[in-house]
Amino acid sequence: MAVMTYREALNLALREEMHRDPRVFVIGEEVGLYQGAYKVTQGLLEEFGPERIVDTPIAESGFTGIGIGAAMVGLRPVVEMMTFNFALLALDQIVNSAAKMNYMSGGQYNIPIVIRGPGGPAAQLAAQHSQSMETYFYHVPGLKVVRPSTPADAKGLLKAAIRDDNPVIFIESETLYALKGEVPDDPDFVIPLGQGIVRREGTDVTVVAYMGMLYRALEAAEELAVEGISVEIVDPRTLRPMDTELILASVRKTHRAVVVEAGAGFAGMGSEIAACITEQGFDELDAPVERVTGESAPMPYARNLEKAKTPSKEKIVAAIRRVCYANGNGS
Amino acid sequence: MPRTPLEPRFTIEHLSILDSDGNLDTALEPDLPADELKRLYRAMLLGRRLDERMVRLQRQGRIGTFAPIKGQEASQLGSVSTLRPTDWMVPSFRETAAMIWRGWPIDKLLLFFAGFLEGGQPAPAQHDLGITIPVATQLPHAVGLAYAAQYRGEDAVVMAFFGDGATSEGDFHEAANFAGVWHVPVVFVCQNNQWAISVPLKKQTHSRTIAQKALAYGFPGIQVDGNDVLAVHAASREAVERARAGGGPTLIECVTYRLGVHTTADDPTKYRTDEEVAEWARKDPLTRFTEYLRKKNLLEDGLEAQVDAEIAEAIRRFEATPPPDPLAIFAHAYAELPPDVAAQRRELAERLQAPPPRRADEEHPPAPPMRGQRMTRR
Repeated sequence: MAVMTYREALNLALREEMHRDPRVFVIGEEVGLYQGAYKVTQGLLEEFGPERIVDTPIAESGFTGIGIGAAMVGLRPVVEMMTFNFALLALDQIVNSAAKMNYMSGGQYNIPIVIRGPGGPAAQLAAQHSQSMETYFYHVPGLKVVRPSTPADAKGLLKAAIRDDNPVIFIESETLYALKGEVPDDPDFVIPLGQGIVRREGTDVTVVAYMGMLYRALEAAEELAVEGISVEIVDPRTLRPMDTELILASVRKTHRAVVVEAGAGFAGMGSEIAACITEQGFDELDAPVERVTGESAPMPYARNLEKAKTPSKEKIVAAIRRVCYANGNGS
Repeated sequence: MPRTPLEPRFTIEHLSILDSDGNLDTALEPDLPADELKRLYRAMLLGRRLDERMVRLQRQGRIGTFAPIKGQEASQLGSVSTLRPTDWMVPSFRETAAMIWRGWPIDKLLLFFAGFLEGGQPAPAQHDLGITIPVATQLPHAVGLAYAAQYRGEDAVVMAFFGDGATSEGDFHEAANFAGVWHVPVVFVCQNNQWAISVPLKKQTHSRTIAQKALAYGFPGIQVDGNDVLAVHAASREAVERARAGGGPTLIECVTYRLGVHTTADDPTKYRTDEEVAEWARKDPLTRFTEYLRKKNLLEDGLEAQVDAEIAEAIRRFEATPPPDPLAIFAHAYAELPPDVAAQRRELAERLQAPPPRRADEEHPPAPPMRGQRMTRR
């Protein structure tokens, strides 16, 4: 184990996989000479050369499509979106080509591509750069969608994504890049896609949360522990395929569930998880599933408005109290 | 300071070798062996006869919607015939003749247009991508294939097909820009058939030619008479050889005409005149090539009947194919089935094996469980 930042863990994963497999290359804006807009590709140009660390013109659809073409013939591209919001410019390539090529070619051309970069609310990145981009992708059959919340997950999941034979959408966060944590040194440390994790054990209520919301939920759990409410927190890690068994197992234990997501709630990840719990665990529930989501508005630029738009610890605490029928006075 | 012209000054050439009146520029005539000329002619004829037959099959409900190629045989075959099997062919959705040249069995193409998954599946060693429907999205893929070939030190050339309408799409410009910057071996073949469904070329672009768009990206562009198979072949051979020798990409604009419908869901009488179609029918690529071969005494007796028999046999094989297994919808959704999709597959398999439901008047259905009734126990 070594302590490193989330950013360093991603960098290590890329470096290890590029050493392991000569088919892996990185392509995107500013990934080479500039070392990545968020320095995730620090040092890689020097180590692997411009054939494998490829700086591109500003053309997300173009370089995503190029990655797809290269993946069809067996290379394993890692496409960096400077921010995942820019993937909207490549949406047709991702949805209509990457996700469907294996199907439409009768299994002849699978697309082992990873498309990665930061997304979700950060610090005053405003309306067009703060979106919870996973919602645009997990609906699409053929794609896998990953959101790693810790440095160890960043490494283990990125390595799994690169080794996966499907297109994988891998969305990091600007707010987590500097986060430090223990990361296994083993170059074969891989976290299988589709495996969630219980971040905090508890007995009274299950909270499902990932990325920044995970840390807010952990704070909420600490606060509620004082009141005697024992919160279990499940981090799905992979949103598609999702570890529904882990979530349901937790709900079977706690009989209550709160789902937290940073983006707007309508047709969001919370809807899907709430539907899953209702369909498969209805008889286990002692209260309706609650969702805590961002407001349905574009992300404001102003700091105080941004704060108001994004789910707060207080909002999570209040939802947990509601499903526990607790009034906050410990009774 | 005065304005000074920058060098080089750009020019765009138009190449024509065998015109619609049968006039031949012998100085430019490519030196093609008799066998190659006969093979090209047979492929053009097959493309034409199959196309006409496919329109009838569609009208009879035996295949679904497709995009006919009638009038564009020379553009497709003159270009694709300059590739080696190890080169890559990247089609859009109107390249039936080119795909057959590359080895796609006719019955497989018919299966594709009848909705069979296996119709879109190239043979394992075949260096072709499948039919691409979203306009111009195949062009970045072509650059990706060329990048991969360079990455592996292979000398493959990639030929990508698209129409005039595709040159308005961002993906065309992004792909061309990448190809220029990276100097990769891609030959962009634009079949300018004058109409993007109902939108004529002059409403598609204000450029004098499509070929000149290459100049903005720093590589050569040439306009050819797309109904002249000799001109298309000559320009394509030059472009393919240049690409293979490390000379980078080329854009070839084949000026041609879609004599038929955009797709079988289209009615072109709503937007273009019979006179215009008749004018282009006079420039038919097949007519002039037939006359060219007749003068060379290379026309084979009974070729049309031979081609028709090949098509009939392919249709027989296509129609003898049993309907696909409904479970095939899951076959290649992912490289391996994730648990939720595997569960859906199991459910569908069970449903398919279950006896058909009873009619409502035979028996009242059992009462549903009462609301709130516990189905599981804690």
